[in-house]
Amino acid sequence: MGLVHEVDYGTPAAKSEKHVTLTIDGRSVTVPEGTSIMRAAMELGTEIPKLCATDMLDSFGSCRVCVIEIEGRGGTPASCTTPVAEGISVRTQSDRLGAIRRGVMELYVSDHPLGWDANSGLGGSEFDAVLKTVGLTENRYGHEGRNHVAPGNGSLNIDYIARDTSNPYFAYDPAQCIVCSRCVRACEEVQGTFALTVEGRGFDSRIAAGPTNFLESECVSCGACVQACPTDALREKSVLEKGMPTSSVVTTCAYCGVGCSFKAEMQGEDLIRMVPWKDGKANRGHSCVKGRFAYGYSNHKDRILNPMVREKISDPWREVTWDEAFAHIAKEFRRIQYQYGKGAIGGITSSRCTNEETYLVQKLIRQGFGNNNVDTCARVCHSPTGYGLGQTYGTSAGTQDFDSVEQTDVVMIIGANPTDGHPVFASRLKKRLRQGAKLIVLDPRRTDIVRSAHIEAQHHLPLKPGTNVAVLTALAHVIVTEGLFDEAFIRERCDWSEFEDWAAFVAEEQNSPETVGALAGIDPEEIRGAARLYARGGNGAIYYGLGVTEHSQGSTTVMAIANLAMATGNIGRPGVGVNPLRGQNNVQGACDMGSFPHELPGYRHISGDAVRDIYESLWGTKLDNEPGLRIPNMLDAAVEGTFKGIYIQGEDILQSDPDTSHVSAGLAAMECVVVHDLFLNETANYAHVFLPGSTFLEKDGTFTNAERRINRVRKVMAPKNGLADWEVTQKLAQAMGLDWNYAHPSAIMDEIARTTPSFQLVSYEYLDNMGSVQWPCNEKSPLGTPIMHIDGFVRGKGKFIRTEYVATDEKTGPRFPLLLTTGRILSQYNVGAQTRRTENVVWHDEDRLEIHPHDAEQRGLRDGDWVRLASRAGETTLRSLITERVAPGVVYTTFHHPNTQANVITTDFSDWATNCPEYKVTAVQVTPSNGPSDWQVDYQDQARQSRRIARPLEAAE
Amino acid sequence: MTMQQASTQIAARTAAIIAEHQGLEGPLLPILHGIQDEFGFVPQDALPVIADALNISNAEVHGVVTFYHDYRRAPAGRHVVKLCRAEACQSMGGDALAAKLQVLLGIGFHETSADGAVTLEPVYCLGLCACAPSAMVDGEVIGRLDAERIEEIAVEVRA
Repeated sequence: MGLVHEVDYGTPAAKSEKHVTLTIDGRSVTVPEGTSIMRAAMELGTEIPKLCATDMLDSFGSCRVCVIEIEGRGGTPASCTTPVAEGISVRTQSDRLGAIRRGVMELYVSDHPLGWDANSGLGGSEFDAVLKTVGLTENRYGHEGRNHVAPGNGSLNIDYIARDTSNPYFAYDPAQCIVCSRCVRACEEVQGTFALTVEGRGFDSRIAAGPTNFLESECVSCGACVQACPTDALREKSVLEKGMPTSSVVTTCAYCGVGCSFKAEMQGEDLIRMVPWKDGKANRGHSCVKGRFAYGYSNHKDRILNPMVREKISDPWREVTWDEAFAHIAKEFRRIQYQYGKGAIGGITSSRCTNEETYLVQKLIRQGFGNNNVDTCARVCHSPTGYGLGQTYGTSAGTQDFDSVEQTDVVMIIGANPTDGHPVFASRLKKRLRQGAKLIVLDPRRTDIVRSAHIEAQHHLPLKPGTNVAVLTALAHVIVTEGLFDEAFIRERCDWSEFEDWAAFVAEEQNSPETVGALAGIDPEEIRGAARLYARGGNGAIYYGLGVTEHSQGSTTVMAIANLAMATGNIGRPGVGVNPLRGQNNVQGACDMGSFPHELPGYRHISGDAVRDIYESLWGTKLDNEPGLRIPNMLDAAVEGTFKGIYIQGEDILQSDPDTSHVSAGLAAMECVVVHDLFLNETANYAHVFLPGSTFLEKDGTFTNAERRINRVRKVMAPKNGLADWEVTQKLAQAMGLDWNYAHPSAIMDEIARTTPSFQLVSYEYLDNMGSVQWPCNEKSPLGTPIMHIDGFVRGKGKFIRTEYVATDEKTGPRFPLLLTTGRILSQYNVGAQTRRTENVVWHDEDRLEIHPHDAEQRGLRDGDWVRLASRAGETTLRSLITERVAPGVVYTTFHHPNTQANVITTDFSDWATNCPEYKVTAVQVTPSNGPSDWQVDYQDQARQSRRIARPLEAAE
Repeated sequence: MTMQQASTQIAARTAAIIAEHQGLEGPLLPILHGIQDEFGFVPQDALPVIADALNISNAEVHGVVTFYHDYRRAPAGRHVVKLCRAEACQSMGGDALAAKLQVLLGIGFHETSADGAVTLEPVYCLGLCACAPSAMVDGEVIGRLDAERIEEIAVEVRA
């Protein structure tokens, strides 16, 4: 197993239809017009030496190493900036070219430190490779160039700048730098942050992260600069410590729903670094701070590696063998079912685990538990997406691939914060915005996508939390009353009479921008402007997040979005569509795999006899034809005493689900709570059995990202806990008497493909050949389906549904005058179980309450003061952050840290259709505080108590 | 005596200068000139205000400010002497004049005298090669320098 080698063509691919034929070193090559000579040569396998060029970036032409000769033209142009032309004859090697290249490299070397050390991670750079290629053997200028010689030993060099090690993951050594600007351009063109610059001029030019160091700068630590650097100036600290990796495996990131492809680069079983893979179709060679660097949790000391059992949750944990743990669970679950009934146990599948693992958990519940009490964390995030898009279009997923954004003219972002939540997609989006696409943002906060370097939304609608439906219907009102709808599209693709009914409804006065604007706190002209732009600005695409779904009218909002896209004909081609930005790496997959109590894999309702037949004959059991319990129902039933046991794989419901006190009461009332996780998470405080989990690096499988793309996860090291998660579930099933014998996750995928039409052709062999595929992948679409609903909606005719605005019951009043909304931040992920256990805490080590200066002043709060945040459900304390990003009357916090427990505050109101909790709207009051609330103190005590592990003393001599 | 500028005060005055030039195409250089005219240098506290107004990054503003030697990071002395150090002036005895001037002023290049009277800077060509060696004192160019003229300049700026 060697390193996965990626070809660098030097400049990006040209997109022209027209082709040009030329000769390079006597060999003929045909390439698209606009291709650089450098790239054309590489297509032939001829690598022209280069320093400042790489195919992730536009050509720059500064290093003067890639010079060539063209017959009949004078001079030696740079091959990266010279485009091909019909019939030209190019020479890449000659005595003259060799002399020029050696001369240039000699100058670079004269100001570059010698003594590279391959063992310390140096000496493996492109710069070193070019030195060898051009055959530089002498250096007439000496090595005493000013920039790299450190003071001391007789040198008084004032130009020397010490290495910047402020970033936790990579170091910048100015002495190694050749100022080729690749890092600066990567930060601008690929990441879109513009955090790097060239400081000074001439010989004094240095790369700088603005007037400060990397950590204090605008840098978001995405790693694009490190990847771009052709020298050892920007290097991962892990490589500096341990040396270059020796092998690599392509796998898929386990953080957000973008699903970036990475090369896991190893030395034996030691993970040295994660490098984004250019052939990854979701990320196209880009990454964010989480996927690129925040993998340290996988061998954090807090990770639990042995199964543990205890009788009562007040007891300390007792380590046991796997077999004892499985036997204990099987016995307990069977006892509970005997005592309280078949439906007294259930399970929760994980959006963090693979499709195969999720499939097994729901199979265990349906086949082994004999009920449908299975649910997943999508309940608390995108269940309204599944329902809303299923109702209107016929599929429970986004309609596009991420590449589609490159052809979008107007982007509408609703309730999503892509620069923090889905950073790699945000970078691709910002690239398109810099090319001139227009942007509309609906969000109560002024997020970074609204305005940051080189991008600015044309319309920002800072709507009051909870008024999504009203505002979206007002947009529809403008589209209908001003005649901006696409009649031809609607007549062809949708039911015209349904459209007329819907159009009559949205045209009513109560849905006009003037009425809604007053209610939602937005200027009606902004609503009108946004509607006109979306309807008539060219290809219009909607991207939305949890700010849409996590409301009492989440499903209605999704339908309102679907209506807008249909009414304007923005469905069924590249550049348009309705795109949920899904939170977890495999939340799409978990939903696809039948994790909901009413659906078998492939979104087929459990009441369908034909579908049940498939599984009943395969699994040899009778399946219950009634939907089972959802997570909130399970907890309610637990409090009532009818639900007693649960198997929770990879989800921390205590921290992530709403109304924490209710969740803890439900868990405390159960008799056998089995938590299967990497860490003793908050839910594990209430567990009786703990099964250690494995990380994405330790198993084979597949994740399905937000664009329905099935990506392979490949095992790069043996599970530290001994068993991959799918093996744990299989052994538990075996202990419960089921005849399961999967030898490898590929066998599970084969069963999924056999039983699920939309996965029909998917197999590991197929994925290894194709890289990845977007479902549906079957006889009808053997190459998968990047864009859905091309010639017609999956359900037949697109369905317009009336979207009546019903204000939430969660209202502000004299006691709770502010509205709290929640979200996340770039460096932390979800409940933080992983990212809190990495160096990412240097960017965000506590949750803060964002509050507008006006509201802060009224309460006498200063920035950083401790505040008490109280709602009807509970209270907590945290420190304030005074900012104008939030509107007056709105406060905001993240939920990454268990000490804050923002969900103590959130209520148990939920979406009318899917029970998705209303996280995004809670009426609260904020007051100055001296310290932690009673709840926090109690909770800390309880958590400490319940995490004790009994260690039998070594037998003394 | 110079009062320390409070950063909020700098931000407010910077904002006014930005407003004056923001409509121009390529407004960054005119804004930086305006700021240097106002404060005598480009204060660090002004940079984020400019970046925000033009919707560019702090790093980009920093890159531009540091590229041009004329933008100062700290206030200059009451007088500024720029002595040409380019080829033509060197060939006409510029090196000796540079050495002499540094001794007379008691400071090196890029330095300001302790009493704040004078700042000495090298400059690479004032376009006065025909009258080399040359210098610029407080914005006024002077050609055909010799030892005597240098002494006069030194006395003038130290006064």
